[in-house]
Amino acid sequence: MDTVFGFVGKDFALVATDCGVAYSIMRFSDTEDKIMAVDDNKLFAMGGEIGDRLNFGEYIQKNIHLYTFRTGIKLNVREAANYTRSELAYAIRNGPYQVNLLIGGFDEEGPSLYWLDYLGTLQKLTRGAHGYGAYFVSGLLDNWFKPDLTLDEGIELVKKCINEVQTRFLMSQKNFVVKIVTKDGIRVI
Amino acid sequence: MSIFDYNGGGIVAMKGKNCIAIGADRRLGQQMKTVSTNFKKIFRMQDNILLGLGGLATDIETFSAEMEYKLNLYNLRENRKLKPTAFVSLVSSTLYEHRWGPYFVSPIVVGLQDGTPVISTYDSIGCTTDTENFAVAGTAGELLYGLCETYYREDIPAEELVEIIGQILLAGCDRDALAGWGGVVYLLTTDNLHIRELKTKQT
Repeated sequence: MDTVFGFVGKDFALVATDCGVAYSIMRFSDTEDKIMAVDDNKLFAMGGEIGDRLNFGEYIQKNIHLYTFRTGIKLNVREAANYTRSELAYAIRNGPYQVNLLIGGFDEEGPSLYWLDYLGTLQKLTRGAHGYGAYFVSGLLDNWFKPDLTLDEGIELVKKCINEVQTRFLMSQKNFVVKIVTKDGIRVI
Repeated sequence: MSIFDYNGGGIVAMKGKNCIAIGADRRLGQQMKTVSTNFKKIFRMQDNILLGLGGLATDIETFSAEMEYKLNLYNLRENRKLKPTAFVSLVSSTLYEHRWGPYFVSPIVVGLQDGTPVISTYDSIGCTTDTENFAVAGTAGELLYGLCETYYREDIPAEELVEIIGQILLAGCDRDALAGWGGVVYLLTTDNLHIRELKTKQT
């Protein structure tokens, strides 16, 4: 089960996912990048069924780009998150996507994090997580988070979270991908 | 576990003297896990109409958006504001439109029609109950009933109504594991809408 978590700092939004892909009792890969970049200021960190994750991720990314091509207006993070929610909410009753997402982004409203689940529940948060990993990581995020985290403090927190999941979670999650969005764009840590 | 209990919540509404108050908790959860302590469950539809929703969070968001959409279209077509009693019927018919694939919500509509308070509550497929005094919804519903019965009387003045609803909400949601984490009370009088946020032990 995919671990996805993230939080908001002073001038950045950070998201992290594990890299594992499982099939029945086998681990196919541990180098999968589950964080998709949409435009140059939004990160979609996704967890869930792999086919749905790839399909839905690309579908949303391309539709958001199409909107920019058609209208010349770039969607900000809140708008992109609400659009994604409406697609999920439509799909849940017609052909559900089993994808849970965290959308991290930076726009004129500053850094932000949006939590979305496969049913179409949307919530703006300062810190959030999906999957079994959420049970391990939520406590750490609540305890060590403070408003206006610097990037170094943020990275320390991420290391603590990753360490916790690797130590205590039943499934071995060797690698993690961590990406941040700042006003200067997207970076891999 | 019932689909209505997945995200959790508690909504309570009560009539006063030419005023009306509706309060809700702020928790969004996934069964036992709390995800957010800032989830909006009461929506301002019009100056004199408020819609409170309990039940599945995604349907709370979708349904409130659908009602706002219908209300806006009504305003554009008819060029006039919607009466609260008309909105009550609109909610009921919208819910029944989805009779065979319902929204998993428990709505409470609250409004002031020419100064007279209006409260209505529904099941998920649109059975309207126009209550005389108060209404409850959500996982904490049953727990809120007892407190409502105790504290309700005819013609409560506005300032007291806010206090009462606040106390009812706090005490009721304290006893429900799936509701709580703060509260918000909306007081609607003929002059204005007053929003008060409640601090709980774990806000």
